[in-house]
Amino acid sequence: MEATSAASDVLRRYALTIGDTSLILAQRLGEWIGHAPALEEDLALANIALDLLGQARYLLSHAAQLQGGGTEDDLAFLRDPQDFLNLSLVEQPNGDFGETIVRQFLIDAWQLELFERLQQSSEPKLAELAAKAIKETRYHFRFSSGWMVRLGDGTEESHRRVQTALDALWRFTHEMFVASPVEQEAAALGIGPDPASLAAGWASRVEEVLQEATLKRPADVAYSWHGKRGQHSEHLSRLLAEMQIMQRTYPGAQW
Amino acid sequence: MTQQQKQWPLYEVFIRARSGLEHKHVGSIHAADATMAIEHARDVYTRRQEGVSIWVVRSADIIASDPADADALFEPAKDKVYRHPTFYEIPDEVKNL
Repeated sequence: MEATSAASDVLRRYALTIGDTSLILAQRLGEWIGHAPALEEDLALANIALDLLGQARYLLSHAAQLQGGGTEDDLAFLRDPQDFLNLSLVEQPNGDFGETIVRQFLIDAWQLELFERLQQSSEPKLAELAAKAIKETRYHFRFSSGWMVRLGDGTEESHRRVQTALDALWRFTHEMFVASPVEQEAAALGIGPDPASLAAGWASRVEEVLQEATLKRPADVAYSWHGKRGQHSEHLSRLLAEMQIMQRTYPGAQW
Repeated sequence: MTQQQKQWPLYEVFIRARSGLEHKHVGSIHAADATMAIEHARDVYTRRQEGVSIWVVRSADIIASDPADADALFEPAKDKVYRHPTFYEIPDEVKNL
């Protein structure tokens, strides 16, 4: 009994780790609605956001079930920043369109590796999510890598802008492959892959596109951000303030 | 003119709703090239499971009849009702006609 509840707690926190990354990125992409450079891109970003939100709902609902009380909404709207376990990369501000694309591209490549492996999870719920999410992610990657090449191999200005964004966001990628305590336990239980094992596949995917986009891979920085451990940049607080204000102001409000 | 040059070219979008049905014109989108046109068509016109296949074609590549020629092109068919296959008695035994 003791062992079972410990395992279920690992599963709950692991579901939050993956789910929060999708949730926060969905919220960021949602900020583009009505502001994207073209109507078609507006819809494309919103579509991706909705895919990510769907993943987050599935995972947060499961986490709520495992903790034996509350709902996905409680987890999304009533938790404080330090309780969120998302990667630091996804909470970074949108910047210009190029910066949003770079962030998306780096995450998409990582989610491809993650969901590929997660289909073999010992947890049927996670394997089921991964099987659905991998199809969505393949399209996301097609979209973001397509734009990486267009912008990178585009005009002088577009090249400069994405290279700058890449240089600025690269330092957040290290975190993807450094296991948090939750991920370590999850890997030991066969719930999820060891994050370090995703690094090689991610790097080769990313490098292939960078080369086509005539972009330079920035130097690796060993410093790791700790979003997965609940240590966030100030950007997350602002994002949550906007995302949570309705439920915080009118608890339980429905529409 | 400069404004027009800044716009991506226009593409017409055709969607096949189900296997076995024909592609139908659903609207148009702007895109920089064919690859992007397919993606934009997917994102704009298949969000609610509208289709299983997409065609896009540059709007500029469509050759259209001139509305001014409508009289010459379409009027002559008006009084030729005998071209409609409605003058036959269909035997009851014939199904699926």
